[in-house]
Amino acid sequence: MTESPYLPTPQFARWRKAKSSAVTGILVACALAVIAPLFLVIYFLLEKGFSSLDWNFFTQLPKPTGEVGGGMANAIVGSVVLLAMATVFGVPFGIFGGIYLAEYGSDRANNWIRFAADVLNGVPSIVWGMVVYLLLVVPFKGFSAYAGGVALGLMMVPLVMRTTEEVLILVPQSYREAALALGVARWKMIVVIVVRTALKGIATGVIIALARIAGETAPLLFTALGNTFWSHNLKEPISALPLQIFAYGLSPYDDWHRQAWAGALVLMALIIVLNVTVRVLSRDRSKTD
Amino acid sequence: MKASPAQARTVEAGLPAEAEEVAFDIKNFSLWYGQRQALQDVTIRIPAKKVTAIIGPSGCGKSTFLRALNRMHELTPGTRLEGSLRHFGEDLYGPGVEAVAIRRRVGMVFQKSNPFPTMSIAENVLVGLRLNGVRDKRVLQSRLEESLHMAALWDEVKDVLNRPGTSLSGGQQQRLCIARSLAVQPETLLMDEPCSALDPLATAKIEELIQTLRERYTVVIVTHNMQQAARCSDRTAFFYLGRLIEFGNTRNIFTSPSNPQTEAYVSGRFG
Repeated sequence: MTESPYLPTPQFARWRKAKSSAVTGILVACALAVIAPLFLVIYFLLEKGFSSLDWNFFTQLPKPTGEVGGGMANAIVGSVVLLAMATVFGVPFGIFGGIYLAEYGSDRANNWIRFAADVLNGVPSIVWGMVVYLLLVVPFKGFSAYAGGVALGLMMVPLVMRTTEEVLILVPQSYREAALALGVARWKMIVVIVVRTALKGIATGVIIALARIAGETAPLLFTALGNTFWSHNLKEPISALPLQIFAYGLSPYDDWHRQAWAGALVLMALIIVLNVTVRVLSRDRSKTD
Repeated sequence: MKASPAQARTVEAGLPAEAEEVAFDIKNFSLWYGQRQALQDVTIRIPAKKVTAIIGPSGCGKSTFLRALNRMHELTPGTRLEGSLRHFGEDLYGPGVEAVAIRRRVGMVFQKSNPFPTMSIAENVLVGLRLNGVRDKRVLQSRLEESLHMAALWDEVKDVLNRPGTSLSGGQQQRLCIARSLAVQPETLLMDEPCSALDPLATAKIEELIQTLRERYTVVIVTHNMQQAARCSDRTAFFYLGRLIEFGNTRNIFTSPSNPQTEAYVSGRFG
């Protein structure tokens, strides 16, 4: 009986299989290492923070130093207010800038604008805080919710601009031509046909930007400052979840540490909800197109 | 079969008979994309309320020519043109003439059907009117029906007007696009290979529709399909390498062309 020349020796086959499973094992381990931190974060937040989540946490103001109890109601509302203001300040510039890039700009101008947006995307968030401090806090002689909203809004602009540009470019040229061939003015074509077709994608970009800035602390340190009471005036300092977590986490009181964990858990939940919304929106988009 | 002398002269001159109304009167028209010349010295008079087919091999400039008729080529940066183009006597490129105004009178149907995906069938038909400021519900409703009737689509969609335009079949979508173009009541309809993505049955429907359109509209159709040009056009223009080689009655172009290049193309020897 003759051996086929195509059959490897048993030793060689074993060695090859061992190599194959070793490499596969390394890849699986790396993939797990990528997702493990997320589960660790969620695990720690649930373990340390979940027990402190009660009705009071969502409804009460922080108690004075030394007293046990109280909650972060003002910080939760403050975060919502700041995110809303950031959206109002930042999103229009981002969307209109994205429309300019996709529909109007010359190649030369666009290259510069994209470059600037990419650099802005990389500006450390503490720097945004310092810039807005100089622009809005010093001249108006006081920390304010406005300053915080502007700082967060400025961070949203480059993000929203680039995603808007990307989704507008994805709208097929044939829709633009069809609208123009009806004798429709260009700006109407852009608003009614192009932007409307890409609306979900633009919304997705806004939500991604919101998720990015929702947990930012540094830009708020020099602008919104934080507040242990309800803030009734946007010209006054306002509290925010990340600020409150920062302040409580640095404190020497166990009860405040407990609440900082709970705050972090709420913040994390908010960001997961935003990301799930993005997933749902994107899935709808791929289905209808 | 020999052409009579009178017919042959018409073919050579490339001009419609005297009494005919002219839709497009084009003289010495040339067009460049950057450095590349796409059309050279085209002179042609396209008759009103007739179907004119434009044939020629790929890259001969026929789509460019069509897109210049309602200034759609301006979407391509770096184009430049010379010569005179008149539509019912009005200079298409005169000072102060807006492309938007021209396109309301000279509509266009594209190779690939492109109903707007965010809109229903009815909204697709009416979008041109709505965006041009028509608000009157009665006007909109009557234009909707009229346009869909003209496009031979009414019977198929009258019960599903609120469904998305993209839910229709390919051939229906193309007729929807024709209805959309007709709704703004243009005088002329340009069609850029409107059937090239359709099956033979859908193509037959569109060709039948083109026959009825000529009663009210001037139709200029670019086609790769010579049988289609022969079947549904009154006049045929043959373009080759950016030049108008021959223009005349469709029957003459296909049976007794005067130019040997035309003859070679229509008999299938090249292209």
